[in-house]
Amino acid sequence: MIEVHELTKRYGDTTAVDGLTFTVEPGVVTGFLGPNGSGKSTTMRMVLGLDRPTSGTATVNGRPYAEHPDPMFQAGALLDAKAVHTGRTAYHHLLALAATTGVPRSRVDEVIDLVGLHQVARKRVGGFSLGMGQRLGIASALLADPEVVILDEPTNGLDPEGVLWIRNLMRDLADRGRTVFVSSHLMSEMALTAEHLIVIGRGRLIADVSVGEFIESAADESVRVRSPHANALHDLVAGPGTTVLSVDRGLFEVTGLSAEEIGDRAAAAGLALHELTVVRPSLEEAFMELTRDAVEYQSATIGASR
Amino acid sequence: MTAAALALPRRRVSLPRVVKSEWIKFWSVRSTLITLGVAVLLLVGVGMLASSLYGTPEQSGPPGNEPTDPVSASLTGTNFTLLAFGTLGVLVMAGEYSTGMIRSSMAAVPRRLPVLWAKAAVFTAVVFAVALAASAVAFTAGQAVIEDGASWSDPGVARAVVGTAFLLTGSGLLGMGLGALLRSTPGAITTLFGVMFLLAMVAALLIPDSWSDVVRYLPSEAGDAFTAVTPQEGALSPGAGLAVFCGYIAAVLGGAAWRVKRTDV
Repeated sequence: MIEVHELTKRYGDTTAVDGLTFTVEPGVVTGFLGPNGSGKSTTMRMVLGLDRPTSGTATVNGRPYAEHPDPMFQAGALLDAKAVHTGRTAYHHLLALAATTGVPRSRVDEVIDLVGLHQVARKRVGGFSLGMGQRLGIASALLADPEVVILDEPTNGLDPEGVLWIRNLMRDLADRGRTVFVSSHLMSEMALTAEHLIVIGRGRLIADVSVGEFIESAADESVRVRSPHANALHDLVAGPGTTVLSVDRGLFEVTGLSAEEIGDRAAAAGLALHELTVVRPSLEEAFMELTRDAVEYQSATIGASR
Repeated sequence: MTAAALALPRRRVSLPRVVKSEWIKFWSVRSTLITLGVAVLLLVGVGMLASSLYGTPEQSGPPGNEPTDPVSASLTGTNFTLLAFGTLGVLVMAGEYSTGMIRSSMAAVPRRLPVLWAKAAVFTAVVFAVALAASAVAFTAGQAVIEDGASWSDPGVARAVVGTAFLLTGSGLLGMGLGALLRSTPGAITTLFGVMFLLAMVAALLIPDSWSDVVRYLPSEAGDAFTAVTPQEGALSPGAGLAVFCGYIAAVLGGAAWRVKRTDV
């Protein structure tokens, strides 16, 4: 479990993290979401004691991380794939980390196999691709099989197979009762992996909700209907509480009626349907809507006048 | 997937374990063996060269610092070797910062200071052993080619040879401390060599005569005091020189400890 209370980090005039309070529970994957520069990495570094908070506290399993006698068993982290000496082999990197807390050599071999690096384990890390570096970082995070696993943008640089592997790994860890805290700037990725979301922007908490709630609150569902009898159908579904939006010839979107209801009415009237699709709100759009005011680096729309 | 790990014994972080970790780190980068090898070659090789020229008209040494006795002739390579050991000391610490390894190290040992002390312990043990062996070989081989060479039993000889190993190890520790303070390999190397090679020269030029006492307390001069068989005029006694030199090491490592403990990584 991770508990963060009124956590603040200032660098001179810049406030990177601004009074954050949240709890990350064991047994579920918790997504930590925010635009670039919103303070996700800084928060994670403070949880691990790498950065000192300006004020506030962050604890891991009830105590500041640095005060545990066996820190690597409490929490393991992938903060960035570059936290490795490039002149050392992956094997020796892990062996040195394992030695600090008496993790046996056999476990080093085990995590190397687990992340799929056995073929390059004896090569120097300097020659690794980003994806391999990412796998090595995950191996070091899992070295002491910690209760809390913290992963900062773990899918960076991974191929689709690697992304799927990470997703399954995180679910597996959560199923075994571990606390899994994973950051991302991609809502779509989190929707597939996480059960709970902590959303921040400009260092402040924006939302602390389950993924389901977030999706529900995001926007209304609509149903896309395609039919050669669009005009007749239009009259069938129109009414109080429903909105019908014509998209194209023979294509419109209905809000306020379920797909079942529309399908039944069309069947009753004997009208053929060529398409009946439930359109869920785009999570990415919902996320952008939510964090729009909190984006640190906003790109100007090309051609937009200021 | 990681089911076998359930059997992992839950062990604490302890200084001996961190020392073991630093031992693995020390030997698993190429620069260690390269710099140690270069250091030994320089100390023995330059010593042999200077010894073979000792007493001949071509006798030479660092400009203005030509060997005046057979012992210092055989140890002429000390200053060059200091470059190698000093660089190794800087690399051991600043290398962690320049590569980002420090974040992994500090996440594994979040109390932080054990990492610094363990590094210093491993470095001291290895470098002192290598430096002592190399200076003993340089001395023995050098005396063999010098007519009327000194012997181990001559007064001050053993102290000068052991003192040389101490100076080399201590300079490496200064480099390590500077590496932690400056977090930059080039910055720490430049500072170390500036202090060890240039500071005394610059000070001698700039400081008024009435203040010239200060010069002998500089690290390089304090080091000379316990590595010379025949002390130079106006230098500290060997014991005082050693104490002053150790004081510098303690001060720099103390500053490094403060910086390692306090600053974000």
